[in-house]
Amino acid sequence: MQKLRRELPLHLMILPGVILLILFQYVPMAGIIIAFQKFIPAKGLFGDQKWIGLDNFRYVFQLPSFTAVIGNTVVISLYKIILGLIVPVIFAILINEVRNKRFKTSIQTTIYLPHFLSWVVLGGILIDILSPSDGLVNRMIKAFGGSPIFFLGDNKWFQFTLIFSETWKEFGYGTIVYLAAITGIDPNLYEAAQIDGANRWKQTLHVTLPGMKMVIVLLMVLSLGNLLNAGFDQVFNLYSPTVYQTGDIIDTFVYRIGLLDAQFGVATAVGLFKSIISFVFVSVAYFSAYHFADYRIF
Amino acid sequence: MQAKPKSKPFSWFSVINTIILTLAALSCLVPIIHIAAISFSSSSAAATGIVTFWPVDFSLNSYQYVIKRAQFWQSMLVSLERITLGGGINLLLIILSSFPLSKERHEFRARSFYAWLFFITMLFSGGLIPWYMAIRQYKLLDSIWALVLPGAVPVFSVILMLNFFRQIPKELSEAACIDGAGQWRILWQIYVPTSTPAIATVLLFALVGHWNSWFDGLILMNNPDHYPLQSYIQTIVVQRTYSMLSREEIQQLATISDRTLRSAQIFLGSLPIILVYPFLQRYFVKGIVLGGVKG
Repeated sequence: MQKLRRELPLHLMILPGVILLILFQYVPMAGIIIAFQKFIPAKGLFGDQKWIGLDNFRYVFQLPSFTAVIGNTVVISLYKIILGLIVPVIFAILINEVRNKRFKTSIQTTIYLPHFLSWVVLGGILIDILSPSDGLVNRMIKAFGGSPIFFLGDNKWFQFTLIFSETWKEFGYGTIVYLAAITGIDPNLYEAAQIDGANRWKQTLHVTLPGMKMVIVLLMVLSLGNLLNAGFDQVFNLYSPTVYQTGDIIDTFVYRIGLLDAQFGVATAVGLFKSIISFVFVSVAYFSAYHFADYRIF
Repeated sequence: MQAKPKSKPFSWFSVINTIILTLAALSCLVPIIHIAAISFSSSSAAATGIVTFWPVDFSLNSYQYVIKRAQFWQSMLVSLERITLGGGINLLLIILSSFPLSKERHEFRARSFYAWLFFITMLFSGGLIPWYMAIRQYKLLDSIWALVLPGAVPVFSVILMLNFFRQIPKELSEAACIDGAGQWRILWQIYVPTSTPAIATVLLFALVGHWNSWFDGLILMNNPDHYPLQSYIQTIVVQRTYSMLSREEIQQLATISDRTLRSAQIFLGSLPIILVYPFLQRYFVKGIVLGGVKG
């Protein structure tokens, strides 16, 4: 009883957060029942809706466009995950080799910047500079004698543009974790390597990279959880009907059929499908990170 | 002792490395400079595609136009309201939730129950439609609270904060406890004052997050008067919807190029971040390192 009294303030502190999580996370989780209903919003979220079993799932799985959407999502996110791992590692090593401190910090400050800009702003910028008629990039291509490329309107180029621009936006920010890992490497290891006659390249290969190994593996495992997140904000601000074929992803698909076409049941079914698969991936990712790297979240 | 391998005064590697890094950094700046240059150019110069990194035929027309638009100021106001209210609520809830979660099990027996409650939200979500329907059910559509409450507990920041709280020596709170201080006093008078770096980090994450959010505004606000700035820019710049404009505005638009106008609004949308970012950057960096690995 006395213990309960002592713990009471702690319960009270966490209460507001818990209430908000219940209202905006757990209630929507229960709301996945929409996926099994012919949902009419006027009747309310948990109202007297008509149950139709798995019809919504059957309907969407036979849509040819849905298969394409799944394919696009996995391809786009897989490339983003791979490049999102490799490019920051390379840049962290390059930055670490810089001797001039002022140059180093100004490079770091500059390459972190795109991460903090929204995809609305960056989308607006990309639409302008990638324009086939007078965009900056195509002006450069034309100056070198090439023919203009419609990066955002050509199915051959759209996925490349998504992957490249995402990598560009996040590579600088991604270096932060690796640079921190490099700072943690024991300086004596470099000393020893030098005595053994290792040059800079050898030192990178045998001291720096192994020193970052844990962090790299950890981030690799955790990034698996994003396999079905191909980047809604980015795609939504860059795509158009002409590139749905290669650029439509699960999240944009859910938005269009759900909120624009008002097929709430079908959209929720797709969302549930995504949530379940993501749940498996994220759980496996956290479990392996916990198991192999002793990574603990809470 | 040097933490880095010693180098010769000159090496080809350093030269190439400097070039690569400079190009990478330029690639992050050039697009923004280009957009700014277009926004300050005359419409004819922008339309003929001769503007590169410096305004051609300098003009403030597009800014004058934007500044006269009531819709722009209206959404700016919504954004300011949102970041103040949302940032404050986020910070309060982060502090209040992470303190109990930072306790050991013997200090707070329900800790693991609550930790799971928070953790599960990182594993599973109901998806867009149920989320939207819940907010609709609560009658929050078209209200500022719809932009503030659904994301009021950023779990990632809670984790960052609780990890920071755990590093505070237990002796401090034990001593305070002996002196008769309750949990509330320990939190506000010991934990919060010693955690200013972490608090600065999570507050900045919250403010930038609120400033940059656009999708929730777009779908949860039916009346464009309630759009925050980024949602407004999204409709003007990306969707290019002009249905919100009055007839006079459309006529006026004919005299300014669409392109300079869009560039001006993009630039204004990114300006607050660009201005405060260099000063606050170290907090972000510190935060990521503090919070361990980003999920």
